[in-house]
Amino acid sequence: MNAKLADKIATTVIYVIAGMVALVLFSMLGFILVQGLPHLSWHFLTSPALSFEAGGGIGIQLFNSFYLLVLAMVISFPIALGAAIYLNEYAKKSVWTNIIRTAIEILSSLPSVVVGLFGFLLFVVQFKFGFSILSGAIALSIFNLPLLTRSIETSLAQIPYLQREAGAALGLSRWETVLHVVLPAAVPSIVTGVVLSAGRVFGEAAALIFTAGQSAPALNFMDWNPFNISSPLSPMRPAETLAVHIWKINSEGIMPDLNLVSAGASAVLIIVVLIFNFSARKLGMKLFKKLTSS
Amino acid sequence: MDSITEKIKRQSESTRKDRFGRTLSWTALTFIVLVVALIFAFVLSRGLNTFIANKVSVTDFLFGTTWNPSVVNPKTHQPFVGALPMIMGSFLVTFLSAIVATPFAIGTALFMTEIAKKRGAKIMQPIVELLVGIPSVVYGFIGLTVIVPFMRGVVGGSGFGILSGTIVLFVMILPTVTSMTVDTLKSVPRHYRESALAIGATRWQMIYKVILRAATPGILTAVVFGMARAFGEALAVQMVIGNAALMPTGLTTPASTLTSVLTMGIGNTVMGSLQNNVLWTLAMILLLMSLVFNLIIRMIGSKGELK
Amino acid sequence: MTNPNIDLKPLSEFIVDEAPERYIYDMNSGKHEVAIATKGLQVRYGDKLALSEGDLSFERYKITSLIGASGSGKSTFLRSLNRMNDDVATVSGKIMYRGLDINSADIDVYEMRRHIGMVFQRPNPFAKSIYDNITFALTQRGRYTKEQLDEIVETSLKQAALWDQVKDELNKSALALSGGQAQRLVIARALALKPDILLLDEPSSALDPISSAQVEDTLLELKKDYTIIIVTHNMQQAARISDYTAFFHMGRAIEYDLTRKIFTRPKVALTNDYISGNFG
Repeated sequence: MNAKLADKIATTVIYVIAGMVALVLFSMLGFILVQGLPHLSWHFLTSPALSFEAGGGIGIQLFNSFYLLVLAMVISFPIALGAAIYLNEYAKKSVWTNIIRTAIEILSSLPSVVVGLFGFLLFVVQFKFGFSILSGAIALSIFNLPLLTRSIETSLAQIPYLQREAGAALGLSRWETVLHVVLPAAVPSIVTGVVLSAGRVFGEAAALIFTAGQSAPALNFMDWNPFNISSPLSPMRPAETLAVHIWKINSEGIMPDLNLVSAGASAVLIIVVLIFNFSARKLGMKLFKKLTSS
Repeated sequence: MDSITEKIKRQSESTRKDRFGRTLSWTALTFIVLVVALIFAFVLSRGLNTFIANKVSVTDFLFGTTWNPSVVNPKTHQPFVGALPMIMGSFLVTFLSAIVATPFAIGTALFMTEIAKKRGAKIMQPIVELLVGIPSVVYGFIGLTVIVPFMRGVVGGSGFGILSGTIVLFVMILPTVTSMTVDTLKSVPRHYRESALAIGATRWQMIYKVILRAATPGILTAVVFGMARAFGEALAVQMVIGNAALMPTGLTTPASTLTSVLTMGIGNTVMGSLQNNVLWTLAMILLLMSLVFNLIIRMIGSKGELK
Repeated sequence: MTNPNIDLKPLSEFIVDEAPERYIYDMNSGKHEVAIATKGLQVRYGDKLALSEGDLSFERYKITSLIGASGSGKSTFLRSLNRMNDDVATVSGKIMYRGLDINSADIDVYEMRRHIGMVFQRPNPFAKSIYDNITFALTQRGRYTKEQLDEIVETSLKQAALWDQVKDELNKSALALSGGQAQRLVIARALALKPDILLLDEPSSALDPISSAQVEDTLLELKKDYTIIIVTHNMQQAARISDYTAFFHMGRAIEYDLTRKIFTRPKVALTNDYISGNFG
């Protein structure tokens, strides 16, 4: 077979493959959006779910997802930031540093269900937190830590070493330079990383089914005292999230309109992830412009 | 002594701040390492209970073909805890989905980086990136509402099974493997391409003989990464595989994976019982497998460096 | 040690065989005020010895150039003086400053660097405004009124010959400055701390000739109040601005003398080869 013919055949094959993949990916997105979008309404987004009859909403699940997301971010961000600073600014090349990096890599590749089981064992059972927002938020944080750490570390590493040298030559310690020079310069790319990771956390389910639980008790949205169990802010109440809800109603198969609810909920998940992805880039670019111009 | 020498000998505020910051960030890092250690300690200690406290033999567990922990085998007076059906299930869906996904991912990545750069960057790139971030339950839901009924219509039966699981995982890992492959292909230096084309190679010869060869370690890493994701995926697979802890006899009969049995079972067993301990042993296998995948990725990485 | 009293021969009679291996100018004769001096300085990167035997004294309110081929150890020497190499290398030996060995553990290196400042090859302003670039290090460690800060900004920018060009846009990002302006801002930033000694590591090598000349003018102006030690690969620059010159070769200070002597009749054959362009 001559080379020209082979080239033509191969190019065609690549076109066909890419076309098929595009078709699959497009039709998947299309399927969810076509099925789900018509079902979205103010009522669907705000009212509580119904188990045995049609017409239920996803209000509480939606609130839970965002609440857990915020808590998980509040817990994991400072830890990830600290760890990233140490790794990028202080750690010298040594066997220890290598072991620590490996440990973080392993944590990032752990199946999220294992993280969930660990959370179940330690927080739900051992610490007697029960199926609760608190247990769920900690499990999500553990799930989020390694990737967030890596992303912040990459952001810090992008800031030229010259900036650190400049700080040192002015008699500033590494910490002062990092805090006031390196971090501000890295903010755009850190923000992008944080928002992208928020998208992942928002859709995570396997780490939550045994920690935040699979039930969404009714909430009293007039009561914002976190110590009341029916308050939306209560950290000790069980909290099924949107992603867990999709999994649960489908595995149970009881809800009469479960396909519609799942499609609607999936559409919401995808739209939120879409917004996160989009705003991560926009926000990062905007911050970067603000930083480099006057 | 002038004032400068006095100052230089005293500990400055910068030194104090630096010590504080160093300690603080070190604590954060140590915390993460501690969490990893705790996860290992907990899962291993629970998982090994099956063999230590319940005295199940390791070979019976790994190679036994019957899984029914609440029933005692009258011949051996041991419960049926053969985990081979789930181990097989997990490995089957993982390898099959990776085998199917690899050519698609490479083809799409080549399309995006070598054949149609503009369209690739404009249309495919955002779609692929978006799909990397789609929650796995969404994939499971699509599997349940589209793929399972489709399989039911084509091959009959319930529609649940290894094949449905494979298809769901294939679609799920495809964006990840594709986008990692794209990164690898992009990192092949430009002069490789130029020198190949300069000696009169066709585009395909350049791709096949130069680019793919240079990118092999990276592509392998992407595939192993996808496999690790597929192996550890719980909910999407659990929704379509049928959850029957039986030795897989075909690709279209209900089966189960390590993760699906875990998600189904952990809430229905009593802590400390044998039925619960064996589930932790399954979790331990998951943990060890993710170590193995990690090791493979490292080995590929170090081999790639040698070239 | 070499004998400093070796008799001088005209360059034409210079015979390589009789040339000394090393010549180090004797600074400690009472009539010079020494700002900083090294004794037995050795720098190692891992197992590799990068610099040895750099016994040099630097006179106060003078400019001293360090010249030599790349890899000769001149930058390593300079960076050791305010311990910028601490993180990457092992530095042994003494660095005497105001009667103290500053290369010892009980010295606070951050405080020390405020008195021995440094400017690098590539301009490295912070991603902050021009004003904040200058005041940042100050406000990190002390309380200043707005008036005091304004005054410091103005003085140091004037010293660095940048004031007239930027006085109306002090709040502009420093990243918007041209290379030459940025480098002078960096010098102003170092001056704002009122250091004793200013170390410059090829400060004009990344600049165009005009900016480079501006930086040179600035340095000559600064000599009145500061001791300046500058690494340069540009021999004309060394000859133009410095009072003393040290020639480094393969990790050793080979010859150290008054600049006019180094450039007219060097005592060591290697120095002669280098400045006449026979190698490097």
